[in-house]
Amino acid sequence: MNSAPSTIISRFLQSRIVWPLAGLALLLLFNFVFDRAFFEVSTRDGNFYGPMLTVMRLSVVVMLLAMGMTLVIATGGVDLSVGSVMAIVGTLTAFLAVKHHLSFPSLLGVAISVSLAIGVFNGVLISCVGIQPIVVTLIMMVLGRGVALNITGGSPLQVVDSGVLFLGKSFIVGVPVQIFLVVLVFAITVILCRKTAIGLFVEAVGDNETASRLSGVNARGIKVLVYIFSAVCAALAALVSIGDAGSVDPDGLGQMLELDAITAVVVGGTVLTGGRFTLLGSLIGALLIQTLATTLIRQGMDSAYAPVPKALVILVVCLLQSQKFRAQIASLIGNFRKPTS
Amino acid sequence: MRGISKAFRGVQALKGVDFTVRAGEIHALMGENGAGKSTLIKVLTGVHPRDGGEVLLAGQSVSPQAPREAEELGISTVYQEINLIPELSVAENIMLGRQPRRFGFIDWKELHTRARRALQRLEIEIDLHRSVSSCSLALQQMVAIARALDVNAKLLILDEPTSSLDEHEVAELFKVMRRLREQGLGLVFVTHFMDQVYAVSDSITVLRNGELVGEFKTAELPKIQLVGKMLGRELAAVEKVGDTMALGADAKTTGDAFLTAKQLGRKGGVEPLDLEIRKGEVIGLAGLLGSGRTETARLLFGADRKTSGSITLDGRATALSSPAKAIGSGIAFCSEDRKSEGIVPSLSVRENIILAMQAGRGILRLLPRRKQDELAAHYINALRIKTPSPETPIQNLSGGNQQKVLLARWLCLQPKLIILDEPTRGIDVGAKAEIEKLVDSLRREGMAILFISSELEEVVRASQRVLVLRDRKKVGELSGEQINEDRIMEMIATHE
Repeated sequence: MNSAPSTIISRFLQSRIVWPLAGLALLLLFNFVFDRAFFEVSTRDGNFYGPMLTVMRLSVVVMLLAMGMTLVIATGGVDLSVGSVMAIVGTLTAFLAVKHHLSFPSLLGVAISVSLAIGVFNGVLISCVGIQPIVVTLIMMVLGRGVALNITGGSPLQVVDSGVLFLGKSFIVGVPVQIFLVVLVFAITVILCRKTAIGLFVEAVGDNETASRLSGVNARGIKVLVYIFSAVCAALAALVSIGDAGSVDPDGLGQMLELDAITAVVVGGTVLTGGRFTLLGSLIGALLIQTLATTLIRQGMDSAYAPVPKALVILVVCLLQSQKFRAQIASLIGNFRKPTS
Repeated sequence: MRGISKAFRGVQALKGVDFTVRAGEIHALMGENGAGKSTLIKVLTGVHPRDGGEVLLAGQSVSPQAPREAEELGISTVYQEINLIPELSVAENIMLGRQPRRFGFIDWKELHTRARRALQRLEIEIDLHRSVSSCSLALQQMVAIARALDVNAKLLILDEPTSSLDEHEVAELFKVMRRLREQGLGLVFVTHFMDQVYAVSDSITVLRNGELVGEFKTAELPKIQLVGKMLGRELAAVEKVGDTMALGADAKTTGDAFLTAKQLGRKGGVEPLDLEIRKGEVIGLAGLLGSGRTETARLLFGADRKTSGSITLDGRATALSSPAKAIGSGIAFCSEDRKSEGIVPSLSVRENIILAMQAGRGILRLLPRRKQDELAAHYINALRIKTPSPETPIQNLSGGNQQKVLLARWLCLQPKLIILDEPTRGIDVGAKAEIEKLVDSLRREGMAILFISSELEEVVRASQRVLVLRDRKKVGELSGEQINEDRIMEMIATHE
């Protein structure tokens, strides 16, 4: 029986973010032992630099995508189109800035409206027409890449808008603007989910859609909403990404990032079948993936082979999350101990 | 089985239970919800490892770690939900997972021979090539039994095998059970239907709150005493359950019509029917499985679209085109399918209770957490829901308690009409009596209630008026004194 005094600790141990957090801690420990330089922070012109900050900066795009993806996955769906949404939004805003000298607010407006439209398209086809999420967003993924390539005829563009560059490159009190953006989006999302009924409805729809609908929950509306949110997150990720790079390659922008986002969500402790979700977990998941990538590079791993250990670590975290697997390990250890004691 | 113990996350589910089944007997395992029947079965079949005690099979100590191992030892189980693959043939289902092979390919000839032999053992004839989905539920059950009975089966466990069968099908199943008994098998029969226990079993083991109450010879244990043992109350208290029988009778005071349906119907669902439900009245819907009871309820709730007719609520014509609209107009619907249409399994008891209320308030006006806790605490207390905490996921509760949580979900809306579709299915006697009492007190408060149950006895007890359905058609209506089981059965049987 659980005793009362340790409830906070035991609740923490039972929460979903324990295992990704443990994975992250292990990685940091590894670096602490083998690569102390990983933790070095230097200042240049009053701005902070260092491997840790680079890791955070590099995770921002996946973090933004992962927040949208978390809600989509919590409803039992998946959004494969986010990478292509990034490509469309990134290419279109860069194009409009170069050719029509649109101001940053108008660019932001364009980015949001385009992503909104794509989200509505995905959401309506999935919830009202009833096509499977993976099919709809796969169509959007292919279609979106084509649209992005068509905007410029496939050639890369320079990012000239100062607002977009500010998002991607500047610092506030020594910390990259991107990190503030991700914290802001996270705070807004958490408030939207937990201080309104959105979180409850998303979990209810993902866990048992029929029961939710029969309880009067607008399941269709909720589903459309999460796909819209996911697309808007992708639009923000696009702006950060092109601002950081300073240029846009319509072919490469956002390529394969939908998979990184899904991985971050799963590693973070939200299951693909839907139901309970954790936004913080997804952020930790994104951070874990990037920390791992950076660690491997710093250890001199050829980037061509880097996906292998990455896959292994993801597998381990996912296994740790499985209650069944943990029980099996526990009983193995138990069996091992018995003869000696 | 001796001294079996099992605890889940701090909840002691079984406390040193003994359970003995002899070869060649049908042994009923009875108890209220949460008594530990399912847990005992799952320990026996290796789904859950046990914490203490031992299992002896033909004198040998065994401890299966998985259902598969239990099967190899000769312990076979047919679960409540029939686990067959609907699109595969009868033969394929019987031999699933142990298809005979030749040179790495499935040996179809051998497969059919062995499947035929398995069915012969039950002395039933089915076309082996038919797909299972085209068989009746009873036949599917037989196929499941045939599949469970491997050549060396010594013990067959039937977990609630009759809950979705009609009377004739139940009789068929009993025939098969007796046949297997004659072949020297031990059978464990888990059920809530007391009449069936007396019809078929030799002995009864009663569990309560995870403890053994006792083992009895069926012939030597009067029904009323069995109920007493299951409830853990002495006879006086049991008679209180009997009191509910009188509840419906003294009722005369019914108010104005709340809901009037004219020629309401749906193609492929129910033929157009007229229906009036008054405030402070319980209307029973009686009929066999598949007679259109649930279909009617779903139309009234807007879960299915009607294709004909109109609905008037409080004198105003209403569309009721979706559950949300029906709820908004004061209608609540407790579905018969608790698992797939009722509970949201991994959400907490609290969240399950407030779900419909929150849905009514919309996205933005989140019910304050304090109010949520109050509501949850109130209903857990009022309906005596057994749960470790309001934050426990509802899937950890027993069936009867889940049902109470779902009732709470609707009651907190204070609906004007509540549709209860099989509210007592698969739950124990005690909870049944509680729910019947609750229905009666709601009626007295002026709520209109549509009560659906396949147990005629219950319908008769609870209702002021009864609508009888047959083959998706309304075949008659009874009220007041006219309501009795014989009349209803007559109407179901004779109407052409």
